[in-house]
Amino acid sequence: MKAHFESIAIPSGALLVSLLLFGVFIGIAGANPFEVFASIYRGAFGSWFAWQDTLVRAAPLMLTALCTALPARAGLIVIGGEGAMVAGGFSAALTGIALNGTFPPFIVITCMMFVAMLTGSLWIGAVGALRHYRGVNETISSLLLNYIAIALLNFFVVGMLKDPETLNKPSTYPIGDANMLGAMGSSSIHWGLGIGIIICIALWFLMRRTTFGFGMDVAGGNVRAAQLTGLPVGRLIVMACALGGAAAGLAGMIEVAAVHGRANTSLNAGYGYAGILVAFLARHNPLAIIPVAILLGGIRASGGLLQRAHDLPDATTLVMQGIIFVVILASEALYGRLPWLQPKAQPA
Amino acid sequence: MKRRTFLKGIAGAGSLAALGGAGITRAFADDKVKMGFVYVGPRDDYGYNQAHFEGKSAVAKQGWVKAFDEENVPETIEVIKTMESMINLDGAQVLFPTSFGYFPHILKIAEKYPKVMFLHCGGLWDASKHPKNVGSYFGYIDEPVYLAGIVAGHMSKTGKLGYIAAIPIPQVLRNINSFTLGARSVNPKITTNVVFTGGWANPVKEAESANSMVDQGIDVLTCHVDSPKVVVETAEKRGVMCCGYHTNQAVLAPKGFLTGAEWNWSKVYADYAEMIKGGKTIPNLVRGGIKEGIVKSSPYGAPVSDKARKHADEVRAKFMDGSMVVYKGTIKDNKGNTVIAAGKEYKQTDIWLESMDWLVEGVIGAAKS
Repeated sequence: MKAHFESIAIPSGALLVSLLLFGVFIGIAGANPFEVFASIYRGAFGSWFAWQDTLVRAAPLMLTALCTALPARAGLIVIGGEGAMVAGGFSAALTGIALNGTFPPFIVITCMMFVAMLTGSLWIGAVGALRHYRGVNETISSLLLNYIAIALLNFFVVGMLKDPETLNKPSTYPIGDANMLGAMGSSSIHWGLGIGIIICIALWFLMRRTTFGFGMDVAGGNVRAAQLTGLPVGRLIVMACALGGAAAGLAGMIEVAAVHGRANTSLNAGYGYAGILVAFLARHNPLAIIPVAILLGGIRASGGLLQRAHDLPDATTLVMQGIIFVVILASEALYGRLPWLQPKAQPA
Repeated sequence: MKRRTFLKGIAGAGSLAALGGAGITRAFADDKVKMGFVYVGPRDDYGYNQAHFEGKSAVAKQGWVKAFDEENVPETIEVIKTMESMINLDGAQVLFPTSFGYFPHILKIAEKYPKVMFLHCGGLWDASKHPKNVGSYFGYIDEPVYLAGIVAGHMSKTGKLGYIAAIPIPQVLRNINSFTLGARSVNPKITTNVVFTGGWANPVKEAESANSMVDQGIDVLTCHVDSPKVVVETAEKRGVMCCGYHTNQAVLAPKGFLTGAEWNWSKVYADYAEMIKGGKTIPNLVRGGIKEGIVKSSPYGAPVSDKARKHADEVRAKFMDGSMVVYKGTIKDNKGNTVIAAGKEYKQTDIWLESMDWLVEGVIGAAKS
């Protein structure tokens, strides 16, 4: 129980410290820190409207965070969530356009999800394979693949797949209103949130409660040791990347099927990069990704209110994210070093 | 025990925050005209977004207006949430979501808020398809771009101009064509090299393109991207001339800045504010050029010769009295096809111009990225 307590107490403490630092920053920027904190609370969690705003922004972050978190378990630093999301969203749109009208929506949506996950898993799986079999640095290759995905999307959206009606914002043809993912219940939150939470929980189970997840942790901890114990390291690495890529691909599909209804350059709105931050803050734990994504979603949601109510620039929320990021990373050094948080030694 | 105190602490912090939240909830029951502005990029980008921000700042000076804005809002569900937040938390009566890509998102929520007017910059409002509380406004900015072309035509020594553009959509092509037509009205041998960077904000590619154009002997650069800052600064650094876009970039290039095409949103937003104050019906479609005061030219820079000034001023006078038509036959595209036959003319209001997919003779480049 104590070990769990440590992993909650340290990040919470770090969060408080970062809020304190952020308060100092706000003071220097010429606003009243207490009023600003109240606005952040009001804009992010202060009402049902604010909660919906926060949750809708958190949904894509959960899935793109997995794209960094899972490979990180296997020892890889992958930052290709943006590209996998774009590739997944684009392939989902193509599937939707091709099947629209010929099959019932349930089948079209299922196919779109499947194709998006497949594309995403191939996209990031290739990064893992390049890393393990060819020794290509996975951080660089996944970053470059982002640009390739965006360039391919631009090429098709401006070129042969352009809907001529979308003059000044080139986009593909629509996937059809019937094939859209709706809102959950009476809220304005689309099903992307539900899907994100389910996938996070499922992957947490896979990572923490199966031999596959354990093998991945071993491979990430020490490749040599993993090889000596006979673990299929290459396969584990590629699988970790493929699973992460599938999650980001699914995020792209949700963006297309729940928000835009077609693929266009709005797919590359930075969710992939924000997901990297979420993954690191959650220490690559799929379950922790859920609250961290909601926290970041809340910060993004309140960003607008800070601009309107306090005349602070948009970068304020970025400063806040940055401070939280640095403090949480620094707090990693505290694990196992605070005596009052350690389990008591068993009496001999 | 420790755990319990910890939980207590959290609960305490929560209720404190809740109190704070209730304390500063602002009432918006005053009778000011409340206008909300949304930008896709930063307010100080020396470009598209700054032009709108300047318009907002001007209208905000009126005591009876309350104007608020948000920058860097992506064209995703986030803009929907931003607009709803402005309506629900700030009581916005009229919203100006200023990026092209916001239009489909506006249509998704406009019917939910029938009392709020959604005015979109650039979109084409269609009475048969779109709700009544949606509208659009835009300017014929290719008129001052044409004038900039005239000035560039006079000032260029090499006869080679460079255009760094975002993506080949009708609006962008129309500016490139008008610029080239303006320059070639001075000297029919002038050419315009065009490069599409593939995105509205792509500073690395913009700088690379600007440098390679200067290397090719191009001596006047201009651009159509969200922020002309990089292109204008690169031109100045390389010692060539430049024309600005969106807003006035003269301060960025004191030596080489010629003129530029600017939006005059201050006037447009002030007009809307007056209409709302007076309880008038807001027109769904507002369009206009130099004559209507929606667009204007940046003041001439130091290097511009008297001859160039005189020529451009003459044409500006013709735009003012309505006798100037930019798209008048015979016009050929850069593949040799006649696109506008002799004697045929397309006035600015002609919808045909809004689906332009060709580049005029003299432009070196293809209408795709």
